[in-house]
Amino acid sequence: MAELARTPATPPAAMGETESVSLWKEAWRRFRKNKIALVGAGIVLFFIIVALLAPWLAPYDYKEQQLAERLQPPSGEHWFGTDDFGRDIFSRVIYGARISLWVGFFSVLGSVVVGSLLGIIAGYYGRWIDGVISRLFDIMLAFPSILLAIGIVAVLGPSLQNALIAIAVINVPNFGRLIRSRVLSIKQEEYIMAAKAIGMSDWRILFHHILPNSLAPIIVQGTLAIATAIIEAAALGFLGLGAQPPNPEWGKMLSDAKDFLTQAPWTMIFPGLAIMLTVLGFNLMGDGLRDALDPRMKN
Amino acid sequence: MLSYVVRRVLMVIPVLFGMSLVVFFMIRAIPGNPAQVILGQKATKEAVAALTHKLGLDQPWYVQYVKYIGGLLHGDLGESIRTGAPIAEEIWPYLAATIELSLAAMLIAVIIGVNAGIISAWFQNSWFDYIAMVLALIGVSMPIFWLGLMEQWLFSIQLDWLPTSGREDVRNPIEPITHLYLVDTLLSGNTDQFWQVVQHLVLPSMALATIPMAIIARMTRSSMLEVMKSDYIRTARAKGLSMFWVVYKHSLKNAIIPVLTVIGLQTGLLLGGAILTETIFSWPGIGRYIYDAIGYRDYPVIQSGILIIATIFIFINLIVDLLYAIIDPRIKYN
Amino acid sequence: MKRKTWFTWLALMLAVMLVLAGCGKSKQTAGGGGDKSSTQDTLVYGRGGDSVSLDPATVTDGESLKVTKNIFDTLLDYNDNDTSIKPALATEWTISNDGLTYTFKLRQGVKFHDGTEFNADAVVFNFERWANGNADKFPYYGSMFGGYKQDDSHVIKEVKALDKYTVQFVLKRPQAPFLKNLAMTPFAIASPEAVKKYGDKFGEHPVGTGPFVFKEWKRNERIVLEKNKDYWEKGYPKLNQLIFVSIPDNSARLNALLKGEIDIMEDLNPTDLKQVEGNKEFQIFKRPSMNVAYVGLTATRGPLKNKLVRQALNYAVDKKAIIDAFYAGQAEPAKNPMPPSIPGYNDAIQDYPFDLNKAKELLAKAGYPNGFEIELWAMPVPRPYMPDGQKIAEAIQANFAKIGVKAKIVTYEWATYLDKLAKGEADAFLLGWTGDNGDADNFLYALLDKDSIGSNNYTYFSNDELHDILVEAQTVSDENKRNELYKKAQEIIKEEAPWIPLVHSTPLLAGKANIQGFHPHPTGSDKFTKVEFR
Repeated sequence: MAELARTPATPPAAMGETESVSLWKEAWRRFRKNKIALVGAGIVLFFIIVALLAPWLAPYDYKEQQLAERLQPPSGEHWFGTDDFGRDIFSRVIYGARISLWVGFFSVLGSVVVGSLLGIIAGYYGRWIDGVISRLFDIMLAFPSILLAIGIVAVLGPSLQNALIAIAVINVPNFGRLIRSRVLSIKQEEYIMAAKAIGMSDWRILFHHILPNSLAPIIVQGTLAIATAIIEAAALGFLGLGAQPPNPEWGKMLSDAKDFLTQAPWTMIFPGLAIMLTVLGFNLMGDGLRDALDPRMKN
Repeated sequence: MLSYVVRRVLMVIPVLFGMSLVVFFMIRAIPGNPAQVILGQKATKEAVAALTHKLGLDQPWYVQYVKYIGGLLHGDLGESIRTGAPIAEEIWPYLAATIELSLAAMLIAVIIGVNAGIISAWFQNSWFDYIAMVLALIGVSMPIFWLGLMEQWLFSIQLDWLPTSGREDVRNPIEPITHLYLVDTLLSGNTDQFWQVVQHLVLPSMALATIPMAIIARMTRSSMLEVMKSDYIRTARAKGLSMFWVVYKHSLKNAIIPVLTVIGLQTGLLLGGAILTETIFSWPGIGRYIYDAIGYRDYPVIQSGILIIATIFIFINLIVDLLYAIIDPRIKYN
Repeated sequence: MKRKTWFTWLALMLAVMLVLAGCGKSKQTAGGGGDKSSTQDTLVYGRGGDSVSLDPATVTDGESLKVTKNIFDTLLDYNDNDTSIKPALATEWTISNDGLTYTFKLRQGVKFHDGTEFNADAVVFNFERWANGNADKFPYYGSMFGGYKQDDSHVIKEVKALDKYTVQFVLKRPQAPFLKNLAMTPFAIASPEAVKKYGDKFGEHPVGTGPFVFKEWKRNERIVLEKNKDYWEKGYPKLNQLIFVSIPDNSARLNALLKGEIDIMEDLNPTDLKQVEGNKEFQIFKRPSMNVAYVGLTATRGPLKNKLVRQALNYAVDKKAIIDAFYAGQAEPAKNPMPPSIPGYNDAIQDYPFDLNKAKELLAKAGYPNGFEIELWAMPVPRPYMPDGQKIAEAIQANFAKIGVKAKIVTYEWATYLDKLAKGEADAFLLGWTGDNGDADNFLYALLDKDSIGSNNYTYFSNDELHDILVEAQTVSDENKRNELYKKAQEIIKEEAPWIPLVHSTPLLAGKANIQGFHPHPTGSDKFTKVEFR
């Protein structure tokens, strides 16, 4: 791989507690000053609250069918109209936030854990282990990711949980590579060399020095990855490979709605807007975090 | 440099080999027998058993795999289980459809994205900059299948400007030569059909262009900002060169490298990642072809199709990396 | 100043795009309107999927047969609206008293599209070809005629040419639906010369005697057929070209119709009915119903082993509401496993009414006063009998919930779905069936006999009394006696409740208002001989 020969971005040094705290403080200060990032964080927070308070916010039961009130346009009674079961779209969009945030967060968490592990092993031990793991990442990255996800869901069977697993899997190499390159560069730092020289165990070095030093890029990449994961989950839902009815997953709602595009465009508009806003929130926040945590990563 | 190139090319081999293994086992792990799918719901047990045998699917997996790889090494992509046609013959029209769509999308993305990025950098913090960057952020946040459907609703159903789906007018079909219809219609000199093809291309390529456009715009902007701050540009400006020239000639030349990378990567991604767009617009492309093949359990098509996309993707990346290496001498080869 | 350059540039680009879009519009109308001056003679038929092969004897899928129906003829054909028999390539026939010998007089002067002559030898050639095949090559032949030459169960003893235009079939045992079987689209007479010439590739180069000649096939996109100028039915076909295009998505297909890209569309979503009905430029075609949609209750799994539970679930489904919501009223509730148009239908049977109390009572009696949990499998693909399996499953899920039965909706991709069903892995599942030849055997035996477990009896329902009746009915040639047997069979099925029969739907098609002579056939394969534009 051609890698730009850049200096490690995170301040090195075997920093003491205070120093690292001040680093985070400094980042927080920068983040707070970034208006756009705050808007992003606001949007994310908003959807998290909506998701948590869904049972209290939603005026109707998301799965209650009123077949007599099918495809009603938006009104005072049904703010976003009703779908073809006569269910209240507003309530469904609210409950949908739970699903999308859930999938977004936990799939990324999965990718981060597995990716970091593989990345650390590859980067730290090097040699053939690195070769095998790196090739594995190459293979996975050469796959059109949506096809890989479709394949995984086809093997496991369509369900929300399996869609989550599929999305986690396709994002593993991104984190793996990120961590691997961090480990590679940190490994060369003097303090790690020193730690090794004084006989510190590999695990100690990994968990006390390398991992904490990789936290910033993981947080940045993770936030941005949640955005992608939400879209990917919606795409799988749209293809019928994600959440199963009556779960109000946004992508699934879109695929149900596309049959009524001419008759009832509102069934299409609101879930789509919800996806877009949530994703936008994570993207803005991720950008802001990057600027705050690691100004040099900005591009 | 040469050894770097050779090593990069050689590294492709284990990756492709690994991919063939992964795909081979993954599709066999999907429940469902191809013979059953082909014969359909009404097939008898005997018919399914007979077809399974004929297709060689009752052989042990390693025999099947060795046969497949053996064929590949002889340049034989296999035959579609469903149609019986050789995949090498069958695949090109689909691939061409996707290439045409992807290139159209990239063209839009590059023209609009690069210019928007430049103007944003030029007039940094102007209203244009803000609006463009907000739009770019919205662009990367958009589920494109949703965007595609909304486009269809607006431009096709409500306004009736453009066709909803497909590549051509069924009543006035295009005689394929290269299967790149823009090229074909030009070759045959049929301008009416050429416009038809353009019209069919507009909506799907706009949808597909959104994300790369946004990424390119952001990349161009930040890259331009960096260059424009440099002494060299300051000097040029100080010399009284017109701003247009400074921006478009001097700055862009220096800022274009990272943009090129993004363009390359995004093109590669479009080739395989357009399944949803192809689905919504009934575009007979390669993503759709493979997706359908998964439904039909058409093992050879899935295997060879994915391998072909991956090969193209890997080589585009390779070329981008090499270009990068040639243009930017600061890069180290390790 | 410089800013201005920029905005000019931008404006220019916008203008170009607008012009592009504008061009789009003008060309569009030109293309669509051009047809109006002269009468249109090309019909574009939009359907959900592509054909597998155009050799009708080798396929089982409707999408292939729809096309071959127009390239080939069969010895006998069905009448326009039902599955009664009319002459086609055979003009008249006699049946011996023992029901074992059928003698057909063939139509004279008919030519295959390759110019070779249609005669008795061609008929014998085709039947020999099929009888010497196997289940993999000619699946329908085996299932309709009891197997192949080497099998004892094979119904046809021999097929011989008595003279140039007379063919005789000798059977080993009487087969009640023999004539109906001969009229099935798969048993179309192909040109022997072409079959020899193309061998395995005949499916890509079909040559028959039908009203249309095969011209071009672009996989997954379109099949183009052209008028057979020497067709034996003088003055027909009316159309010059018949094009089948594949547009998988029902609503995308409707958009294509509304925009004039196609002339007839199949599988109109019932929910779109109103929209098309309200438009004067279009008309609705209704395909007479020969199907059934049902919830299978796998008789070997959990609580469903208990007959009372199966009956209880039958009481719990509100068929009327489902029909109104998802079929736009274009279906009738089903009480038997076959539609009323099939001879032998038992109309005396009373359906389980929608009665939640009764259902709860039965559940309690069966030992499940608080209900139980099951999986409810939803079909992943639309079919005319079930336009949206997922949504119907959701409605049934809500119904079941009211008697305490918690159904978890499960779906798999179609291939996996059928595979798992055949293995008996589902609890309750949605499925349906479209008849092939309008015979009761093709429903009751195929779907619910114990012999069919592992193929189309996905419920694993096994009942010996039913089996004896169905097997007897296969060989009885007296129509009345046969019907009595089938009526009895339906009583047993009603009582045992291996299914919740849902509906017999009327599949909807939509087309341009000026189309004439199009009568959708219950089998799903239509002949376009008499179709024309006004």
